[in-house]
Amino acid sequence: MAKKEYAFYPGCSSQRGASASNYLKSVDSMCKTLDIKLTEIPDWNCCSASIGYAEGGELPRHVLNARNFALAEQNLPGQEIVATCAACWLGARETKERLDASSQLMADTNEALKEAGLEYKGESDIRHMVEVLIEDFGYDELKKPVVKSLEGIKFAGYVGCQTNRPFGIVGESFENPMYLDKLVEMVGGEALTGYDQKVTCCGGALAFSEPDKAQAQIKDIVESAYDHGAEMIVTPCPLCQANVEIYQGAINKKYGKKFNIPVMYYSQLMTVAYGGSAKDAGLDGQVIRATRLEEIAAKR
Amino acid sequence: MSNLSSQAAAQYNNNFLKEVEAMVEEGNWVKMCMQCGVCSGSCPTNFQAGWDHPPQEIFMMIRAGKREEVLNSQSMWMCTSCYNCIVRCPRKLPITHIMHGLANYAHRLGLAPKNQPTRHFAKLFWNNCIQTGRVNELKLSLGLYFKDGFKQGIINGLAMKDVALGLLKAKRLNPFELFKAHGCKDQKGIHAMLKKAHEIEERRKAIKTA
Ligand code: SF4
Ligand code: SF4
Ligand code: SF4
Ligand code: SF4
Repeated sequence: MAKKEYAFYPGCSSQRGASASNYLKSVDSMCKTLDIKLTEIPDWNCCSASIGYAEGGELPRHVLNARNFALAEQNLPGQEIVATCAACWLGARETKERLDASSQLMADTNEALKEAGLEYKGESDIRHMVEVLIEDFGYDELKKPVVKSLEGIKFAGYVGCQTNRPFGIVGESFENPMYLDKLVEMVGGEALTGYDQKVTCCGGALAFSEPDKAQAQIKDIVESAYDHGAEMIVTPCPLCQANVEIYQGAINKKYGKKFNIPVMYYSQLMTVAYGGSAKDAGLDGQVIRATRLEEIAAKR
Repeated sequence: MSNLSSQAAAQYNNNFLKEVEAMVEEGNWVKMCMQCGVCSGSCPTNFQAGWDHPPQEIFMMIRAGKREEVLNSQSMWMCTSCYNCIVRCPRKLPITHIMHGLANYAHRLGLAPKNQPTRHFAKLFWNNCIQTGRVNELKLSLGLYFKDGFKQGIINGLAMKDVALGLLKAKRLNPFELFKAHGCKDQKGIHAMLKKAHEIEERRKAIKTA
């Protein structure tokens, strides 16, 4: 039996062929090493993220999340729900808190769920993968399987917004969370703890609808990483990752920059440090290739 | 003013604060704002000259009864859901949700700015998400590019071509999503449950049309 088991909520962006499929790949590898068993919630649905409010309103949004909870309770009783996407985690946790706090919302939610033949009892907890790693395992435990050091690589830890606020990781501050830096050091990398844009918003979903404004934010985030001497940026959030990585070309054109910095997931660093191949770590999924990590992964 | 909108205003005797408290998600918090300005100083879109009015100002305007000005504003649509305001507000107002709630209410009444890009995107996103239960990133981006017609869509698409090609090469964009997409099995159940949820919400936040 696996050391730990969780009901897994991958989210749309982590599906195969979607924008964060490399994240999912590396999480799978990382979990294999740590003996974590993730079982996908059968037939899970998207939560509508932080942008669903305009058309979705209040109750329909909560109902979407509650459907996943109900499915988890029914099919994977007793297991906590784990999300890898910051937006999924945030949306789900918000719903859980609102339903816990209001018996009317809970009743309304269940009235709607009945139409899909489901019932939510309010049992399952919703956690982010990073919470699981830090709280259920801890840095010492996570360090044990490390067989390769990422020595000499300088990482800017870009925490972003939604993994950090409003819930965050227990024991961390909103203004200067350190866990990403600690994870970097744990795998032997150099954490640039003075990176001042670590919790700046990248524009989130507005990268699509207000690209100029979002790209101005992203420019500051990347520029500061360069100023601090970073070779790579590392993040816990699929939307942060995509936003900060894929618009660098557009920003270069607009602002006359020469940005070309890889943007990685914590799980990719851990997979490589745990001895995984470039493929295991989803390194082939980078738009901007992380050559130095690929080299380390290739070393026997 | 649209018909629905004037009926809603009349229902609360043109007291906009009361209307917001009853109709807007988390709207009952607005009166707790002490106008300290921390949220406005924390709001990233404020830095990029996005807002007409940052949250603090919106809350003041609600209390001052500036109904049209608030509901017509671009401001709420600029919210990136970064939650900076929420964690810093000394009065613990759920500012992000109030902004979203106001946007949703303005949208519902038909008072939100026309062609507001985030409004358009939010609508696309929701519809895309509930159609199959899962977001189809390809259809979502295409829908966004083509919002201003076919020609503009091609131009927008070309402007984004490098991004798309990069993702395609990294196998993070699947062109076949256009034909055979990810989706939930119980789409019927999802549609039925959402229909019910909308009905209940309508009932709870009814605008009397007498
Ligand atoms: S937050 Fe994003 S990734 Fe997560 S389920 Fe919703 S749309 Fe999908
Ligand atoms: S940094 Fe950007 S993508 Fe990441 S959580 Fe914030 S808004 Fe979302
Ligand atoms: S931070 Fe809170 S109390 Fe201060 S102005 Fe903003 S909403 Fe009002
Ligand atoms: S959550 Fe919205 S309102 Fe609050 S600081 Fe961020 S962008 Fe501004």
